[in-house]
Amino acid sequence: MIRFARALLLGLALALPVAGVHAQPAGNPAPLQFADAAEEARFHALTSELRCVMCQNQSLADSNAQIAQDMRREVLALMRQGRTDAEIKQFLVDRYGEFVLYRPEVGAHTWLLWFGPGLVLMLGAGVVWHVVRRRARQAPPPAGGDDGEQEW
Amino acid sequence: MTTPNREPAPQQGLPVVAVVIGALFFVGLVGLMLYGVMRSGDAERDVLPSALIDRPAPEFTLPILHDPSVQVGSAELRGAPYLLNVWGSWCAACRDEHPVLTKFAETRRVRVVGYNWKDEPADALRWLEQFGNPFFVVLADQEGRYALDWGVAGAPETFLVDGNGIVRWKHTGPLTEQIVAERLLPALEQVERQQ
Repeated sequence: MIRFARALLLGLALALPVAGVHAQPAGNPAPLQFADAAEEARFHALTSELRCVMCQNQSLADSNAQIAQDMRREVLALMRQGRTDAEIKQFLVDRYGEFVLYRPEVGAHTWLLWFGPGLVLMLGAGVVWHVVRRRARQAPPPAGGDDGEQEW
Repeated sequence: MTTPNREPAPQQGLPVVAVVIGALFFVGLVGLMLYGVMRSGDAERDVLPSALIDRPAPEFTLPILHDPSVQVGSAELRGAPYLLNVWGSWCAACRDEHPVLTKFAETRRVRVVGYNWKDEPADALRWLEQFGNPFFVVLADQEGRYALDWGVAGAPETFLVDGNGIVRWKHTGPLTEQIVAERLLPALEQVERQQ
């Protein structure tokens, strides 16, 4: 029993996140209050397209980091000021860079990000096409022509 | 016995070009992986580049920590470069960088402005009493009103703003002797040359 408890404690200690060098303030303020369902839906659609700057693999909607809470609050405040989604995104891009957008603008600096996978796919398709065509040209006549090693 | 279908000796194996392209791909991939492994120890690996570099520092007006009746605005700080250090008494890494920041501030080359972010004033004052106050002035942003404008994601973060109020350099995470020597001082020299 004691061994089990010790193992459990050790497991818990290992599972605790390592304290980051870039820290977040504490506090868990009250959740945001929405005026109506439409506002809530718009808010969720918008924040799920924005990336949390602290925990980079979470969206602003998912993250519990303090800065994400502040950013959500700001997004809601901007929505209530009557800003459009595009204006709100621009507001955050101006401060945190294009990284906050899960779908960055197509531009000179992002074309590789947008079209790179397609280019690689096309390259692969080209190679396959080339190989298949060459094999077809080299292939021996199908019937009776196979007099090589394959026979036995 | 003649073998009619063996005129130009059909190529066995892959053509040289394919082998070369494949080898280049492989070398590239290994290089990319090596680069990833080498960077895995780099604390700045996940740091985002600041969107504020070479752009005007955000406008703000904030009370000072030691006397909340006094407000300091961004306009009042203009005229000479300053270093803005975002910290909080809740931030462990701020304590780690504090000796480095203090040592730099003591050279008195630029004003080092503290930006006390989302902190209780009493805690912040106690923290400064305990670890020393290297700051020219400490601005208190209890609610984090302007932190978003600065693009702050966490603490500590440090900005170098030139005399015209343009952000010239930013560091995310604790300052170290190495970062001061290799990044901050060269950036500061450049700022001073422009003045």
